[in-house]
Amino acid sequence: MTTKSPGKIHVTTTINGQEHELLVPPYMSLLDTLRELIGLTGTKEGCLDGNCGACTVSVDGRIVDSCLVLGAEVNGKNVDTVEGMATAEGLHPLQQAFLEEAALQCGICTPGFLVAAKGLLDNEPSPTEGRIRHWLAGNLCRCTGYDKIVRAVQKASS
Amino acid sequence: MAATYDTKTDYKVIGKSPIRHDGLDKVTGRAIYGGDVKAPGLIWGDVIRSPHAHARIKSIDTSAAEAMSGVFAVLTHADFPAAEDRDIAAGEDNVNLKRDQSNIMADGKVHYRGHVVAAVAAVDRNTAEEAAQAINVEYEVLAPVSNVDAAMADNAPIILEDLVGDHLGEDVSNTNVARVFRHEFGDVDDAFAKSDIVIERTVEMSMIHQGYIEPHNATAIWAEDGNLTVWSSTQGSFGVRAQTAGMLGIPESRVKVNYVEIGGGFGGKTKVYFAPIAALLSRKSGGRPVKLVMDRPSVFEASGPAPGGKVRMKIGVNKDGKITAADTDLMLESGGYPGSAVGPAAICVFACYNLPASRITGYDVLVNKPKSAAYRAPGSPQASFAIETVIDEICDELGVDKIQFRLDNAAHEGTRRGDGVQFIRVGLEECLEAARDSDHWKSPLGDAPAGKARGRGIASAYWMNGGGKSTCDLMLQDDGTVMMNEGSADIGGTRTSIAMQAAEVLGIPVEDFHVSIPDTDSIGFTGVTGGSRTTYTTGLAAYNAAHKLVVELKGRVADLWETEVANVEFAEATFTANGDSIGIQELAGKLDPTGGPATSTSSVNLAEAGNAYGVHICDLEVDLATGKTDVVRYTAIQDVGKAVHPQYAEGQIQGGAVQGIGWALNEEYFIVDDGSMANKSFLDYRMPTSLDMPMIDTIMVEVPNPLHPYGVRGVGEVPICPPLSATTQAVKAATGKSYYELPVKPGRILEALNGD
Repeated sequence: MTTKSPGKIHVTTTINGQEHELLVPPYMSLLDTLRELIGLTGTKEGCLDGNCGACTVSVDGRIVDSCLVLGAEVNGKNVDTVEGMATAEGLHPLQQAFLEEAALQCGICTPGFLVAAKGLLDNEPSPTEGRIRHWLAGNLCRCTGYDKIVRAVQKASS
Repeated sequence: MAATYDTKTDYKVIGKSPIRHDGLDKVTGRAIYGGDVKAPGLIWGDVIRSPHAHARIKSIDTSAAEAMSGVFAVLTHADFPAAEDRDIAAGEDNVNLKRDQSNIMADGKVHYRGHVVAAVAAVDRNTAEEAAQAINVEYEVLAPVSNVDAAMADNAPIILEDLVGDHLGEDVSNTNVARVFRHEFGDVDDAFAKSDIVIERTVEMSMIHQGYIEPHNATAIWAEDGNLTVWSSTQGSFGVRAQTAGMLGIPESRVKVNYVEIGGGFGGKTKVYFAPIAALLSRKSGGRPVKLVMDRPSVFEASGPAPGGKVRMKIGVNKDGKITAADTDLMLESGGYPGSAVGPAAICVFACYNLPASRITGYDVLVNKPKSAAYRAPGSPQASFAIETVIDEICDELGVDKIQFRLDNAAHEGTRRGDGVQFIRVGLEECLEAARDSDHWKSPLGDAPAGKARGRGIASAYWMNGGGKSTCDLMLQDDGTVMMNEGSADIGGTRTSIAMQAAEVLGIPVEDFHVSIPDTDSIGFTGVTGGSRTTYTTGLAAYNAAHKLVVELKGRVADLWETEVANVEFAEATFTANGDSIGIQELAGKLDPTGGPATSTSSVNLAEAGNAYGVHICDLEVDLATGKTDVVRYTAIQDVGKAVHPQYAEGQIQGGAVQGIGWALNEEYFIVDDGSMANKSFLDYRMPTSLDMPMIDTIMVEVPNPLHPYGVRGVGEVPICPPLSATTQAVKAATGKSYYELPVKPGRILEALNGD
């Protein structure tokens, strides 16, 4: 890619259930790997320093800020993004609840919130409001004031 | 031209909450935002920014960057044509082409840290960043001017040397004050002399940021034929077109701005930063598509903050609880170039009260900080904080109920606003009554746990809302669905709130509307999504277009049934004449013999918008050992006129309230001695998180706006205004101390608690 690159790294990774074989520059974040190399632009860039959560994805079931992970680090791992949440049967209950509860306004933080909330509900199917607020505190939303996001997660959990 | 409507009340579509047309794309990651734009052969741009708050540029050496492999173009201000010294409308901001061109790329001098000095285009983002860093700029560092006091001091360093200030009509050179203006009526000084009580306070607040999660971005292709195509996250594509064309000295018709989804704006995405730079880089790179995405520290340091500043506020009152006079000086920071929100601040400052005498003096003050931009009801939150702080003290002094005092002095139909405009029907009194009758106001505050104290605050505020120009096109398709084009950027579900207004007229389900927001070559002019104007103004265009479509279809029905148009009636989604009837969606498939597709279009230009009021109640808890605050209960009451989509209207109120709470309690530009911002990340610029907030209760009062057929009022902006004072007065009630400076952060609370 760039003149100073010391050589790309061979990465084999599974993204939303599909195996990808990639050559990743050593400096490239997982966020840019997804967006620029694979073309999965559902994962958003907000700050590039791990403070907004817009780039949240799941790596082997653990939610991470993909701007703080290198693409080379996901060799042999399973990465799940917002694009993998819906299935042929339809939307994930969280996606449906976000629509019904008006849990998005501009929508730029929504993919990160959805992936983060899925990470919670996969392990704790019935969290309290306080637990939801604590879990989602790493994801910033500037539009909603969080009220409807929390209600949507509650709806999807019940 | 303002029309007055008899407001309808029995709705089929208005007042329901259908799922938005763009919702599916936004929960699946398919929606394309500015940063997601791809184009064949795309290359990346980046910029180099000033490390100094105030400096003269001695030299720029671009040779190392130009020599780098993978670099296509390097750009400085010298590559721009001379821009006209002319103001153009850009939503809630006026943009001066010459000043804004210097703002997006420095012309000889840098006015704030982060000011762009040069740009590059290169094969990829990483190479572009390395090349930008290879540009060598020499500066002569000047003393920074960091606040309004320093800017207005004798012998202050002058930021904009060719500025001629307008000080109450007088031309003044060698000044940092771009404008001083005044609105005055009644004998203010005499009224103060005769008042039983006069309270005067000065409040101060820091610059703060809109905090949209999506950074600024632009992609441009400036092709060989001179046509320029732009994609950019913006509240208004036509504003990007006007500003980009103006800064590049080309006709607007040469620029096509494609619509992309926008990841939050709040007023901060009405000005352009990158589109003209991307365009020039594209031209210098042989017409390649060039993309730039702003990094987060630069979003803070160099784009759109809301002004901080200082407000002196003096209110007189008689023992009977009537306000006698009010006088204020509003001094707001415009940033590195002229043009703060002090104009609207002056309109809003006294708009909640019916005053016999009032004097409002506004100062637009340059400081070495980023050029300010609109932020949700620009200027009104700062003004509201000042007046509501003093009103709260007056209520305490008189020992009166804080809602009753406001009711006794409330602005209503016929009241003259401080700038002279007389109100039509407004809903402040209804909001105050709803607050008084609310469960929240009637409930006791409750006991705080050990080591904490609780307080309750209340405040009101005003925003005038916006009208302006919008366009909507409709086409009835053969299958009975409707194709709708409208020009407003959709930041919170307005595709749907606009379509609902056409659906109500036509009787066609809103789910049967296919809504598009086309590029600037493909829809009539539409102003920015800002000023709380979109559902009101573009909605009225949709309403008018739907009525035109009904007129068109009546003619088709008359043709089909071989009768006079005058005999055809339309009601309940059905055309009738002489005993025959046909539903509108059934008719859609039978139009071919009557002339083919049925379409309509409507453009509007609305001078007035019909005003918004909000009243907020805040209960919060203060940890007396640490000064940490927790909002424990919050209710936002607002006159929404008529909530087209109640769920989305409520979301606007909740989101605005939380932004206002952040402004009151935590958010600030922490400026250090060299004039730079020390907290330019989301870690240190502390916006509210989900953990900081309770649920936000809302009470939507519906006093119909006489200027809209459904009574719609803009709802988006006023909710950010009351929290500044409602929250602060809650801290005052909890701690027994007054606070005159925002934010009311833990350190400030501890200082107040430990000060005596």
